[in-house]
Amino acid sequence: MSVSRRGFIKLLGAGTACLGLSKLGIDLGPARAYAAGLKIEGSKESISICPFCACCCNTLVHVKDGKIINVEGDPDYPISAGGLCAKGAALKSLHTSPERLTKPLYRAPGATKWVEKDWDWMLDRIARKVKDQRDKDFTLKNESGVEVNRLETVFSLGSSQMSNEECSVAHQSLRCLGIVHMDHQARV
Amino acid sequence: MTNHFTDIANADAVFIIGSNCAEHHPISFRWVLKAKEKGAVVIHVDPKFSRTSSRSTFHVPLRSGTDIAFMGGLCKYILDKKLYFADYVLDYTNASFLVGEKFSFKDGLFSGFDAAKKKYDKSQWAFEKDEKGMVKRDKTLQHPRCVINVLKNHYERYNLDTVSSVTGVSQENLVKVYEAFAATGKPNKAGTILYALGWTQHTVGVQNIRLAGIVQLLLGNFGVAGGGINALRGEPNVQGSTDHALLYGYIPGYNNLPISSWKTLEEYQKANTPKTVDPLSVNWWGNRPKYIVSLLKGWFGENATKENDFCYNLVPKLDPGQDCSHLFLFDRMYQKKIKGGFIFGHNPCQSFPNSNKVRKAFDNLDWLVVGEVFHNETTDNFRRPGADPKKCKTEIFLLPSAYRAEKEGTVSNSGRWHMWHYKAAEPLGQSKSMGDMFVGIMNRVRALYSKEGGALPEQILNHDLPSKFVAEDITKRINGYFTRDIKIGDKEYKKGQLVPGFPLLQADGSTSSLCWVYCGGYTETEGNLAKRRDLTQTPMQAKIGLYPKFAWAWPMNRRVLYNRASVDKNGNPFNPEKAVIAWQDGKWVGDVPDGPAKPMAQGGPYPFIMCTEGHGQLYGPGREDGPMPEHYEPAETPLTVNPFSAQMSNPCMKTVHGSEYDVLCKNGDPRFPIVLTTYNMTEHWCSGSETRNGNGLLEAEPQQYVEMSPQLAAEKGIKNGDVVIVESLRGKVEAVAMVTVRIRPFTVMGKTVHLVGMPFAFGWTKPKCGDAANRLTTSVGDPNTTIPEYKACLVNVKKATKVTEL
Repeated sequence: MSVSRRGFIKLLGAGTACLGLSKLGIDLGPARAYAAGLKIEGSKESISICPFCACCCNTLVHVKDGKIINVEGDPDYPISAGGLCAKGAALKSLHTSPERLTKPLYRAPGATKWVEKDWDWMLDRIARKVKDQRDKDFTLKNESGVEVNRLETVFSLGSSQMSNEECSVAHQSLRCLGIVHMDHQARV
Repeated sequence: MTNHFTDIANADAVFIIGSNCAEHHPISFRWVLKAKEKGAVVIHVDPKFSRTSSRSTFHVPLRSGTDIAFMGGLCKYILDKKLYFADYVLDYTNASFLVGEKFSFKDGLFSGFDAAKKKYDKSQWAFEKDEKGMVKRDKTLQHPRCVINVLKNHYERYNLDTVSSVTGVSQENLVKVYEAFAATGKPNKAGTILYALGWTQHTVGVQNIRLAGIVQLLLGNFGVAGGGINALRGEPNVQGSTDHALLYGYIPGYNNLPISSWKTLEEYQKANTPKTVDPLSVNWWGNRPKYIVSLLKGWFGENATKENDFCYNLVPKLDPGQDCSHLFLFDRMYQKKIKGGFIFGHNPCQSFPNSNKVRKAFDNLDWLVVGEVFHNETTDNFRRPGADPKKCKTEIFLLPSAYRAEKEGTVSNSGRWHMWHYKAAEPLGQSKSMGDMFVGIMNRVRALYSKEGGALPEQILNHDLPSKFVAEDITKRINGYFTRDIKIGDKEYKKGQLVPGFPLLQADGSTSSLCWVYCGGYTETEGNLAKRRDLTQTPMQAKIGLYPKFAWAWPMNRRVLYNRASVDKNGNPFNPEKAVIAWQDGKWVGDVPDGPAKPMAQGGPYPFIMCTEGHGQLYGPGREDGPMPEHYEPAETPLTVNPFSAQMSNPCMKTVHGSEYDVLCKNGDPRFPIVLTTYNMTEHWCSGSETRNGNGLLEAEPQQYVEMSPQLAAEKGIKNGDVVIVESLRGKVEAVAMVTVRIRPFTVMGKTVHLVGMPFAFGWTKPKCGDAANRLTTSVGDPNTTIPEYKACLVNVKKATKVTEL
């Protein structure tokens, strides 16, 4: 098996650090190694991908006690070789942001505020809305009497934020409702 | 991208136009700089001087919306000076094809134009064929109707004088770019064109890119290392979401959604399957019926049989010409014809043009489901500035979405690399993946239809949808399975086995695949190829930075598309130093070739396998607005005359008229004399709805600004840092004036034309950071794609007397 670039850099890093410090006459090696190790020590590392532009820089995500504690560029991704832009470098803060939506929120007609609801309540009510709208507005035949089997009053927008698998399920789900107003960021 | 990111380093000339990649695709720019380090010339053509310009060999500013004039001039330069790659042009492009007698071009219009419908009869542009159906060719290139002469004739008007006066680029700068890029027309030289939304977001967006294609064909730059035409796509999985066709008019794998005139599957297949009588043309789209039937089998499973047309009738059908894209959707929403809908990871109240109209349109919905990571201008539109929430009747369901590191699956980068990402942590709080959301909703809808019946229940119930979202199961279904035991050639395959690659997909129902281009990415022998992390290369692959074992690329792990055009007829690379493929000892080595067939000299096929006649299309009869690009002004233009023709704007551009916001300035409108262009930023991503929640990012780029030249600022009495009002016929935006030499006034048709530029990332949900620049932009679109014209409209600027948004 070949040594990956990342493994190689790790080996190289250990060697040059010692060399550089010994030149200074002070051996900071153990202290620095401890400091570097502390941040991600005992964490689980997974490969993810930055969710911004289509360079799709691979990232290494470190998780400890169920929490994301570090995100950095993956040196083995040939395109970025470990680099990230300002947005990619902010991935940890975005994932752990207190502004994240963490509960389903419902806004009733005319309401000025959101209220928290549970998932089952939300999904049941959405399904009912979808079914009632589809049953009411479904077009079996167009003006010329040709079978078209489409639903024109319900739309879907998004998303290039989805994985290929999510896109595939989304497309199939939308067509199986008869939806034709369907678009996403490829056009905007 | 025909090529991929690491391949940019192989270029001898990097032509960046309609992109500011150093700032908007920062990592891609590593490869531009690597090319430059090796001696490549880097050309940046863009209205604004940016960090891309500063690291380029030279920057050439042009007036936004005049790219076709600029590139048409390049085309003429190449043709006049015979700088094209002659053998490539003759053998691999349609230069020698004869255009039919019905084709003509007069004063800005091609033949076949129906002014009432704003549509062409494209049959008038067809090639001339002999009695057997073969396209007639003149390999001496003497016939006046052979493509290269039609092309020469068309671009005759694009001389330096006219191009310079329209684009605002000096003749000296024009020649500098033309000379540098045309130098790649030699067999051992390669030039790449990098573009982004700066090219697509125009009423002539598709023709901008067509013209780049023409230039690259003339210079023999397709198929080679360091060549091609490379869209730097702006969204994380916009390549994949396009492949899977989250687009109204398509079904996965670049196939049309049925329309009402194709009543049966047979009629669909007949209308959508191109035919050629030339035995040397691969005409890959001749395989379309296999992909359609395999998709229907993937969708409807056992319910899809030959007898029931594989459930073709249950796929919704559009009427011919029906446009259901964003532009028309919001027009219909404004007119209360749309009742409810879904939005996943998208912020159109901020990111769609003419956003005052869009925001109002949303008030008309009865219900709305939004899947998001953060609140944004769309989720909270009911309480936007100036709106009374009590009057908004919409019932809104806001579903918290898991973020990228909290879910697994594949995404496809701009270079078509299909890559797996792992779930590092559980979704935060109660958030769920969008896959879980879809499955959760659909399980319930299906249960209701099973119990209650309703409108055409079989459309819903006959689909083979997963009842639980397991990403890797879907990856396999996208690749596709054999649906019964089958023998192909001398090889037997069992029901339930993964199909090894799309050449084995069948039109008889014996295979399934949810998107044929990905078939081959998950195999019985090697598993999920998107997970591969092997960086090994052959020495030949190492020379051009090809990593064939890192992840997997569609199609069939081919990294450079049309790579058979990188070799001569004997299979020898035009540039042996940077060979993509080569015919050695009776087989191809290097990249995965465009099909295993022998080289042309040994009876092999033409290289452009996706084109019906196998040749690169210098002249392409397929687009809505002409077989060759022609310069038209943007829908809003500071000019009153288009020196190229009497036709001011694209005669086929899409427009909507459903609201009082759908207004356009008259040509040269004195109230709005300044051109506005909009752009992205390094620190904020697209509408900014995610990145404005990153404190460091918001601190780095905190608020809406407008860049303008010192000359314009002096004319208007504006100082750097003043708050100004930027106003168009459709709206007003407050912005901090950034007076900078990065923007220069243009001399256009003898007069000074000013241009200003604004990012569109700032929205009202973050206090004091400003609000949507898109309140200024127009509701018009390209006739082929209906991509709106974000990049050019008319505005005026004045100093603000009262500040409310910043």
